[in-house]
Amino acid sequence: MSTSSETGTKVRLERKKVEQSYNKYIRKKIYYIILFFVIVLFIAGIAVALGCFPLSVSEVYSIIFQGPSTETLGEESVWLLRLPRILLAILVGFGLAAAGTMMQGTLKNPLASPFTLGIAAGASFGASLALYLAEGEVYGQYLLVGFAFLFALVPTLIIMLLTSFRRATPETMVLAGIAMLYLFGAFQGLVQFFSSPTTVQAAVIWGVGTLARASWSHVSVAAIVLICFIPLLMWKAWDVNILDAGDEAAESMGVNAARTRVIVMVITTLLTAGLVCFTGTIGFIGLITPHICRMFMGGDNRFLILVAGFFGAALLLSADTVGRMVIAPESLPVGILVNLIAGPMFLIMLLRKKEGYL
Amino acid sequence: MRLKIKAMEFGYGSVTILKDVSMELAESEVLGVVGPNGAGKSTLIRCIDRIISPQKGSILVDGGEIKKMSSTDRAKKIGYVPQGVAQVFPTTVFDTVLMGRRPHFGWWSRKEDNEKVLDMLELLHLEQFAMRGINELSGGQQQKVFIARALTQEADILLLDEPVSALDIRHQLEVLNVVRKVVKERGISVMISIHDLNLASRFSDRLLMMHNGTIFATGSSSSVFTPENIKQVYGVEANVSRHGGRNYIAPDKPVEE
Repeated sequence: MSTSSETGTKVRLERKKVEQSYNKYIRKKIYYIILFFVIVLFIAGIAVALGCFPLSVSEVYSIIFQGPSTETLGEESVWLLRLPRILLAILVGFGLAAAGTMMQGTLKNPLASPFTLGIAAGASFGASLALYLAEGEVYGQYLLVGFAFLFALVPTLIIMLLTSFRRATPETMVLAGIAMLYLFGAFQGLVQFFSSPTTVQAAVIWGVGTLARASWSHVSVAAIVLICFIPLLMWKAWDVNILDAGDEAAESMGVNAARTRVIVMVITTLLTAGLVCFTGTIGFIGLITPHICRMFMGGDNRFLILVAGFFGAALLLSADTVGRMVIAPESLPVGILVNLIAGPMFLIMLLRKKEGYL
Repeated sequence: MRLKIKAMEFGYGSVTILKDVSMELAESEVLGVVGPNGAGKSTLIRCIDRIISPQKGSILVDGGEIKKMSSTDRAKKIGYVPQGVAQVFPTTVFDTVLMGRRPHFGWWSRKEDNEKVLDMLELLHLEQFAMRGINELSGGQQQKVFIARALTQEADILLLDEPVSALDIRHQLEVLNVVRKVVKERGISVMISIHDLNLASRFSDRLLMMHNGTIFATGSSSSVFTPENIKQVYGVEANVSRHGGRNYIAPDKPVEE
């Protein structure tokens, strides 16, 4: 009898240990979310103090704490240039990284990002077309944003149509996305072939991605886009975790795999389109940020969306701040710097990573 | 009867895969499904869990028509472990087993869900792997994790599609012992497809032999695994002998055409 009660105690101890280490594992993820949130605030705090207009750190912060005002040149540079640009960088970085996380999760493909599915190609084509049609016109900027947004949705619409005839497997969707990428690349090439050199140059810069046009209206639209779509992604995150077990297993656990995939795809497309129409295609963030974060966070999308979001925000903001400083008063398009910083960083992490993602 | 199938038929387009399938699964029973490749074993299992929808016939679970149930309700009645799937972004064993609670909680696990996971890890002796990545485990251990995941759904019926085909002999025995154990301790009913006739004979209470999309024979090992049945269904000459209360099937050679 005594041996059986001893093994009973041992089992209970083992159980306690597992429970504790699981709780610790969850807490660790929550700490990471807080940590990266603080890092974003910290970088923003530094970024706002940097700029080509000569202002000391204390001057910058007193301008901020006095509230919105644009009477002096210093106030104007903080309130109309630096703050909206910094906020837009945070919102766009967050949104693109979160969208990339869920795309990779639903399509079960480490190469998937909103851009592999042709969203960027659609947006770029829209932008080129707008620049061509409204060359030199005042309404050109509005047409650009509108066309970029609308045409970013088209590849996804076409993929949706295809998958209503055929079952929406991840492979079909990724391949269809890549077909869209080339198709819209061709359309864009065609438009640019007939455009003037200045228009082509403007389209190229748009394609790289820049935050130089940031304004408060961009910031508010981007904020609304995030407030609408991030909670929806969070809501689907647990089901997307389960999709990774395979479609059949997911179905057996009560998850409608095909429907989940379509819903997530629509949400991520709207989210991405709503952001890149202001900034141009900053593609790499959506692809690599989730990977980097998965290396230390594990694959649970409920946490990964937020950590990758803050990481993406930090990355985009740092890159843009560097871009503002290196050739001041000119600024380099943020897309170039993101790729310059993140490319080598990702390669180093790939070399150091353990097997798999844990 | 936990599960009752009547005159079920399934096909893709004009090709019929399953014809006039009728069968039953009793409480606390292990039903071994055998048959050559393409006989319809996986298709039958997938029809039962509505992964694919049969065109004709009825499938009743606890007296209720399965196609009228919501996916969540179905997931509370039937657990299913499909043939090997590689996870792209591997999760920990604990998180994997927790997925089985999907029909019971919406988004965030409650304490009782975590308790159920702990119960299951304990039952299948997986505690020491709880925080390891599923990709770090051997094939046999992974299979046990997937069974644990299906069991945390707390369904009374468990469908296993060739859970041991890719495993070495030790892991085959371990996994099948685990199946017997949960049947005994939890009173669930298991339908399991197995290629190895000796394992099927030893670990099943009853056997179901399929051939060309129909049920060819059903019953005890002695009545199903006869040299004549094996010859007709597999096209193989086999000897069946009996030692220590078990049947042993020794395949000899393919039947000359």
